[in-house]
Amino acid sequence: MVGGRRVIAENVFFGIIAAAMAISALGVVSTKNVVHAALFLVIVLAGGAAQFILLGQEFVAWVQVLVYIGAVIVLFLFGIMLTRAPMHPEGSLGNDLRWPAAAAALFLAGILGGLFAHTFGRDKLHINAPIRTADVTNAIFRIYIIPFEIVGVLLLGALIGAVVLARRD
Amino acid sequence: MLLNQFLMLSAFLFCTGIYGVLTRKHTVLVLMSIELMLAAVNINLVAFGAFHNSVIGQVFALFVLTIAAAEVGVGLAIVLLIYRNSHSADLDDAHALKG
Repeated sequence: MVGGRRVIAENVFFGIIAAAMAISALGVVSTKNVVHAALFLVIVLAGGAAQFILLGQEFVAWVQVLVYIGAVIVLFLFGIMLTRAPMHPEGSLGNDLRWPAAAAALFLAGILGGLFAHTFGRDKLHINAPIRTADVTNAIFRIYIIPFEIVGVLLLGALIGAVVLARRD
Repeated sequence: MLLNQFLMLSAFLFCTGIYGVLTRKHTVLVLMSIELMLAAVNINLVAFGAFHNSVIGQVFALFVLTIAAAEVGVGLAIVLLIYRNSHSADLDDAHALKG
């Protein structure tokens, strides 16, 4: 019965992390403080990394922690600081599209949920061992070497573009 | 674990991101909502990779992560430029190209 206990533990952890992610995601889109939105985003991304580990895919989990939480959130905080975003806004940070946007989001959620439930039903995940980082790097540097190089060039382009856009003449 | 619980979580995050993109006025908050959507897509890719017991999902998730980082860099540079020119980071104030 060890396997059954493992499944229960996995599901409990999934539930806790998923609930934290869902609440924090709602916080990102509804909080009135811009810095709080960035911190809620940290919880969502850390929860995503935890889900990756639950799925046995460690490498992408740690890359998510390093790149998203380490770099992207810091960029966001710099952006908030440099645009003097309101920390205690008097008015709302949203526009008057609240109900149409909620209707669109619920519509899409209904379609996606229905399609997933119809297509994958109760398909189970069989995770026996975590995927080795060596296998991931083999796939990147053998099969996907050309996309990898292209992404490198794209990053260089984004770097130069960001510098050119943001510098003061 | 079921595959569907991960897919449903990512669908929820994606729809929350759409709501944020449509309702937020501050440009940085819109970029954050886009990041939320990209993170949701990553969960989808990794879940399918685990479902098929392959590394491909992880590889694609890494590419998505790279693109997301590049997008945030360029996006925040554009936000700074808008702020410098119109002294406001509100999307409603960026209407110079409006007909």
